[in-house]
Amino acid sequence: MMLQLSGVHAHYGSIHALHGVDVAVQVGEVVTLIGANGAGKSTLMMSIFGQPRASAGRIVFDGEDITALPTHEIARRGISLVPEGRRIFPRMTVIENLQMGAVLGEEMNFAVDLKRMYALFPILEERCTQSAGTLSGGEQQMLAIARALMSRPQLLLLDEPSLGLAPLYIKKIFQIVRELNREHGMTILLVEQNAHHALRVAHRAYVLQHGEIILSGTGSELLASPEVRAAYLEAGQKTETAA
Amino acid sequence: MALALQQLINGLTLGAVYGLIAIGYTMVYGIIGMINFAHGDIYMVSAFIAVTVFTILATFGVSSVPLALLLVLIVAVLFTSVYGWAVERIAYRPLRGATRLAPLISAIGMSIFLQNMVQLTQGARVKPIPPVLVGGIDLLTVDGFTVRLAYTQILIVLVTVALMSGFTYLITKTSFGRQQRSCEQDRTMTALLGINVDRTISLTFMLGAALAAVAGVMVTVYYGVVDFYIGFVAGIKAFTAAVLGGIGSLPGAMLGGLLIGLIEAFWAAYLSAEYKDVATFSILILVLMFRPSGLLGRPEVEKV
Ligand SMILES: Nc1ncnc2c1ncn2[C@@H]1O[C@H](COP(=O)(O)OP(=O)(O)O)[C@@H](O)[C@H]1O
Ligand SMILES: [Mg+2]
Repeated sequence: MMLQLSGVHAHYGSIHALHGVDVAVQVGEVVTLIGANGAGKSTLMMSIFGQPRASAGRIVFDGEDITALPTHEIARRGISLVPEGRRIFPRMTVIENLQMGAVLGEEMNFAVDLKRMYALFPILEERCTQSAGTLSGGEQQMLAIARALMSRPQLLLLDEPSLGLAPLYIKKIFQIVRELNREHGMTILLVEQNAHHALRVAHRAYVLQHGEIILSGTGSELLASPEVRAAYLEAGQKTETAA
Repeated sequence: MALALQQLINGLTLGAVYGLIAIGYTMVYGIIGMINFAHGDIYMVSAFIAVTVFTILATFGVSSVPLALLLVLIVAVLFTSVYGWAVERIAYRPLRGATRLAPLISAIGMSIFLQNMVQLTQGARVKPIPPVLVGGIDLLTVDGFTVRLAYTQILIVLVTVALMSGFTYLITKTSFGRQQRSCEQDRTMTALLGINVDRTISLTFMLGAALAAVAGVMVTVYYGVVDFYIGFVAGIKAFTAAVLGGIGSLPGAMLGGLLIGLIEAFWAAYLSAEYKDVATFSILILVLMFRPSGLLGRPEVEKV
């Protein structure tokens, strides 16, 4: 087991965002987490890094209990996040952003990894000395993914990478997710509102509602499930209302 | 004309010193969004360290000026970096996330503690130091007024230029510099990339302190005396320099320092030497009222 969350609770002050969540990711899997806006998907991703720290429950990565580790130590164990909203460093160049991602890597790997990223995302090479803040949304998302990959993570977390992007970029992102997993054996935990795409690329999936896992199964099982179809596929991206 | 040239030289010298101290204010503000109210004292402490070490060296008969200066600088930088580290650790870190007023008060508390400690151990009198670097170059004489470039002034300007170049390189080109800048832009994201943000913040406090320490030592050499009042006022002037340049902006701190130094020198020569400090404080108030983002600062965007 690569990552296991058991009974994880998380709070923002008095807001109880996660109510005892159990999620597991096995080596080599693509696992997706779907759910409406405000369900707690981003909170789950961030709580893996202790932001916010789980108020109850346990998070184990690669056999080690990481629940109480400082954020940077968790990252150092080999988990990399492409956060919601990308969070690239806007007043740094594209190359500097990639250097920031490579802080944990070996010095000698940098040139090799940079080349790999340029091959994966040619636009980044064209823009390499430009301020990251001047990139388009899609380009920034490519940069955020490339930055996350620069540390050669064992586990890649992606939080709504397709949000707000043009269809061309959405296609590219799912293609990269598939390629990273199939060809490089990368283990991936993917949060998406774009349930259709996500369930097709995923081996397994969880549905999160009001901070609780209400359904789980293989990607194709959930694609076929009437509940999922009704709530997340046919109605499109509807927001969660009081249940 | 000759007087103007002389004041230009004096102003640049002072400005270099203010600029060095201002960097500490601006860097700390950049990274944690708060003013380090204990920063002004570092200058005073390092000045007293300089006095003490120079006096000790003189009693042991160390007469080599470069050696004495180097020793004093090393001791002052070491001591004040530890102080800078302690201020962050004691006054700021435990209160991160509390209201913005809380660390401000604890920093002022540390500052008062430090001032009293120095006063107790050193006495409140103005202290002279043995002359370290005397003499200078007479540039020209007009109507009996000689424009003089003191060796200490050359020293101050050279050291400042070297430090600022090195520092600019550190921030723009090295791994530490990138981490420092990324913390300024998004601390959580920086931690998510595996960087120890606490350590980066500590180092920022220490670096700012070290630069101010060098400024303190050089001013001691320049004036030949230290007293509390000088330390206090220099701290506020450097703070004004940082605000004038645009708090958070590194080039702004350097530019602000130079401008404050020049304004002060010319004000003292042509308007009133008695009230030269008034110039600085008026500027501080005017900038805060009409251009709070300063000359080179970015307009304030609320941090998320
Ligand atoms: N920084 C925060 N402070 C307070 N409440 C938050 C914060 N982030 C998220 N929340 C709340 O936690 C709940 C879960 O949010 P989030 O994890 O962002 O959901 P999702 O990613 O599924 O859209 C929501 O009710 C949201 O309002
Ligand atoms: Mg979210």
